[in-house]
Amino acid sequence: MYDDTQISREIANRFDLDRRDFLKFCAAMAATMGLPKGAEAQIAQAITVKERPSVIWLHFQECTGCTESMLRAEHPTIEKLIMEIISLDYHETLFAAAGHQVEAAREAAMKKNWGKYVLVVEGAIPVKDGGVYCKVGGKTAMQLTKECAEGAAAVIAIGSCASWGGMPSTPPNPTGATGVGEFLGKPVVTIPGCPPNPYNFLSTVVHFLTFGALPAVDDKGRPKFAYSRLIHENCERRAHFDAGRFALEFGDEGHRKGYCLYKLGCKGPETYANCPAILFNDVGSGSWPVGTGHPCIGCTEKHIGFEKPIHALANLENQRPPAGYPRVVEEQGAGASIGALATVAAVGGLAIGAGAKLVGNLGKSESDQDSGKQG
Amino acid sequence: MSITRRNFLRAAASGTAAAAACAALTPGPAEARENHKVPDKAIGLLYDSTLCIGCKACMSGCKEANNLPLEDTIGEKLWDTPLELSGKTYTVIKIYQHGTMANKDKAENGFAHLKRQCLHCVDPSCVSACPVSAMQKRAEDGVVTYNKDACIGCRYCVAACPFGVPQFQYDTPKPEIAKCQLCKHRLAEGKIPACAQQCPTGATLFGSYPALSEEIERRRALKPGEPALFPRRTVDSGDTHERAAPEYVDYVYGQKDAGGTQVRYLSGVPFDKLALPMGLPDRSYAADSETLQHTLYGGLILPGVALAGLVAAAWKGSKDHHDDDDFDMFDHPEGGKHHG
Amino acid sequence: MVNHPIPSEVANRLRKPKAGHAAIGGSLISPFTLVLGALVVVAMYFLGQRFMYGLGAVTNINNGYPWGVWVVWDVVIATGFACGGYAMALVTYILNRGEYHHLVRPALTASLFGYSLGGASVLIDLGRYWNFWHILWPGYAQPGSVMFEVAACISLYILVLWIEFSPAFLEHFGFKQLKAKLSKVMFVFIGLGVLLPTMHQSSLGSLLVVYGYQIHPLWQTPLLPLLFLLTAVCMGFAVVILEATLAAVGFKRDINAELPMLSKIGKIIMGTVAAYLVIRLGDLVVRGAIFQVFTSGVKSVMFLIEMAVFVYPVVVLSSPANRRKLSKLLAAALSMLTGAVLYRIDAFLVAYDTGPGWHYFPSAPEMLVTIGVIAIEVLAYIVFVRKFPILPGHSSTAAAE
Repeated sequence: MYDDTQISREIANRFDLDRRDFLKFCAAMAATMGLPKGAEAQIAQAITVKERPSVIWLHFQECTGCTESMLRAEHPTIEKLIMEIISLDYHETLFAAAGHQVEAAREAAMKKNWGKYVLVVEGAIPVKDGGVYCKVGGKTAMQLTKECAEGAAAVIAIGSCASWGGMPSTPPNPTGATGVGEFLGKPVVTIPGCPPNPYNFLSTVVHFLTFGALPAVDDKGRPKFAYSRLIHENCERRAHFDAGRFALEFGDEGHRKGYCLYKLGCKGPETYANCPAILFNDVGSGSWPVGTGHPCIGCTEKHIGFEKPIHALANLENQRPPAGYPRVVEEQGAGASIGALATVAAVGGLAIGAGAKLVGNLGKSESDQDSGKQG
Repeated sequence: MSITRRNFLRAAASGTAAAAACAALTPGPAEARENHKVPDKAIGLLYDSTLCIGCKACMSGCKEANNLPLEDTIGEKLWDTPLELSGKTYTVIKIYQHGTMANKDKAENGFAHLKRQCLHCVDPSCVSACPVSAMQKRAEDGVVTYNKDACIGCRYCVAACPFGVPQFQYDTPKPEIAKCQLCKHRLAEGKIPACAQQCPTGATLFGSYPALSEEIERRRALKPGEPALFPRRTVDSGDTHERAAPEYVDYVYGQKDAGGTQVRYLSGVPFDKLALPMGLPDRSYAADSETLQHTLYGGLILPGVALAGLVAAAWKGSKDHHDDDDFDMFDHPEGGKHHG
Repeated sequence: MVNHPIPSEVANRLRKPKAGHAAIGGSLISPFTLVLGALVVVAMYFLGQRFMYGLGAVTNINNGYPWGVWVVWDVVIATGFACGGYAMALVTYILNRGEYHHLVRPALTASLFGYSLGGASVLIDLGRYWNFWHILWPGYAQPGSVMFEVAACISLYILVLWIEFSPAFLEHFGFKQLKAKLSKVMFVFIGLGVLLPTMHQSSLGSLLVVYGYQIHPLWQTPLLPLLFLLTAVCMGFAVVILEATLAAVGFKRDINAELPMLSKIGKIIMGTVAAYLVIRLGDLVVRGAIFQVFTSGVKSVMFLIEMAVFVYPVVVLSSPANRRKLSKLLAAALSMLTGAVLYRIDAFLVAYDTGPGWHYFPSAPEMLVTIGVIAIEVLAYIVFVRKFPILPGHSSTAAAE
């Protein structure tokens, strides 16, 4: 099933990569998703042997930051890999063509891969006033999404805007910006973040490619491999939080020393994402917002990112592991040990026994005396 | 049952003739000791459980400010893990948990934090109990202080405190009582207690007693869910943050409990869930105890009268039975004959 | 009397013919005293640990139960046991019943050891024992504290006990004049010797008043001082009966001459315990706590046991025939003592609940120290009665000089 020479040849032909670098990429993907040992081989095989899935990438109310983030993934030739792993048949930013040409390409690709292609949506869908606030090629975002979702094998909402509406949906939400899942009325995989980490998206796609199914997601459609731990739990500044050392304002002594940003409004304690674990842009430690000295704004959490003021304090989530706090009632002190009970039993028994014996003997001698008197 | 002199006498009299006799001997001048009053310049803390995020920064700050060692209860010697107040810990954040623990500050399927520390009673049992004035309540600001140089280590304060606050050090040959003294050394430098200084959310808030009373009333009047400002460090620090007003239970712990305390609590879950003693009388136990003592020993009048009577009786006894000068406890001319 | 460690002339002088007391003599080394000695050695070992590593190294006391057996037994109960001198002085000198005179000296001896060792035990238990003098030092002493009252009265009483006992020593060391002068004012010390125990035995109960809700309502009452006082007086009388019996059995002495006095003491015990029961139960009714008698789990069980062993002596001693039998007197006294001991243990430990989660049961080393202290007391008593004129002089052994 797994032919090493075939893979080597394929890689050499298709990716212009040596085999070693390619396997490193596969291993990185497997690690990001927390897959067991051996999965990298499956991934390698899937990427090289399986037919590249067709991808339709729609853009609505967004800033293209998600795409920019994808392009800045700096693993060797990652953008090339994306292009080679998948068959990107429609992407407004990356297409050289324009106008009716690209729309035709999209329709052709959809027809050809009906029921098999992957739909990626970037940006929120405005639903107010018939969706007039966002049109591409004369069609509203609503129409396009409905149309493209119909024949899609999987729908992935990339970025916070596509996930739940994101920044455009911030109250009062004048355009009625809505997330893809809510608009379609069915659960979709969401990769929230502003921007999201490219590896979270890439890993999701590779997972789909390798296993033919999307990865396990939480109740908000987020892949669990990326969004099951709080920022707070893996934060490099956590020790300062635990020690009660907080930056009080930007540029103060604590801020310069790298103290915890909680008091500046860091949402790490209520935001689920793997930012502190996998960082951004492959430039080494500290390359994520908190690492650079800015509090987390909670961009992966609906009602927190873009909605809660940046300076507002986070509520601490996920305190359920009880080991961290003593309960209001803790059992303390020592009960009776065997030695102690034995001591009590010995002394008590001795005292009671001696008392009873004494009383008994005295009683006996008294009755002897009495009977003696009577006799 | 609280003890006023009247109650004491009534209880005594209601029992039996013996009790009545005891009551009849009670001298007039002894008056029931009333609760102490909150000092004019009293200071204190407000701990608002709904604001507490359980970060334990107060515990950490307290250890540093008071130069306390780490406490290891899990045998790993890695973290400070006190289970309760102890000889090494003046304050500890504890947790109430129920069911799924999904909702903060809710009794059902929720959780809530509790900061244990000295409540700085208005009329402290420990001060009343201490036989050597090691525990004292400062007249000016009402801080309950401890002086290890006076202390004899009898642990009566540990047992007497209705809140289980003073802690004895059982693991050293030179033990002391460990207890929050509201960072009296920091107060002397014009600083505020370390826990309030550290608290990132203002859950532990320092201030004068009246200012804190006002703040408590303000918070209790807030409409739950509406955005409101919450000060940090001190009531008037100007350092505030905004959040939705919480839903408080209708009780201020420490307002009147056992005579009132200068550290008061607000919470979203009932206080008995937080394992705090509820249903304490408004009258302080110190007042109860001292009323009893003053009734019996006030001005040493009753013992003085008793002593006079006893000495007279003993003198009469000695005259009755002893004609010679050689009288002692054992000699008795009418005693049994020497059979030796 | 070959092994007599005290020169015989001194011994003879101590055994004054005019006093009705005599040293009973005999060897100090016996299997019993050797066992006691071994217990003392064991206690000393653990005491060494306590002073090197702190109270926690030996005891199980903790911040939920800061007072363990070293307080409750060694001080609260031990001084109760040592109330024999108090009780006998009360009837003999204050109520002017000279006929009890014979029983005063042995009772006083037991009190002397009981209180002296109780006072010494306090030093073991005090965390900062080197400061103990603060409790009586102006500037430190805090008269509002019940503990101060207890400590001051016990300290003074120990002093008074030694003064009351001192004539024997003064004569021993030849201070005849001083002894004569002391005798003239002895009635003052006798008065004090009754007042002080009255004060501190009641205050041992008052100690608990400030605990408030932490003491279960079956025990917490403003009448605690009265209840403690009544039981302490009874303990004193009961101990006199026990002591007389043990002395008779242990030293093979004839006790018939003392029996009529013991009978009268039995009557006093009956009356006092009956008064105690009426007050205790009446108080429970008045406070409404009586309804918790059966609903408080272990505390209820302990309360009911307490009541049973208090009722037993009243029932037994109400019969004059029983009061004339040493066996019944002893049984009643033992039952009464058990009740008084339980009352103190219950009030201080069982009824005490400082909040959920706390446990205490004395550790074996902790109890061995207490047992060692008791052993010291018994040993000292044996030495004294064998070497000094303590017991009433009916003993044939003592006479066989």
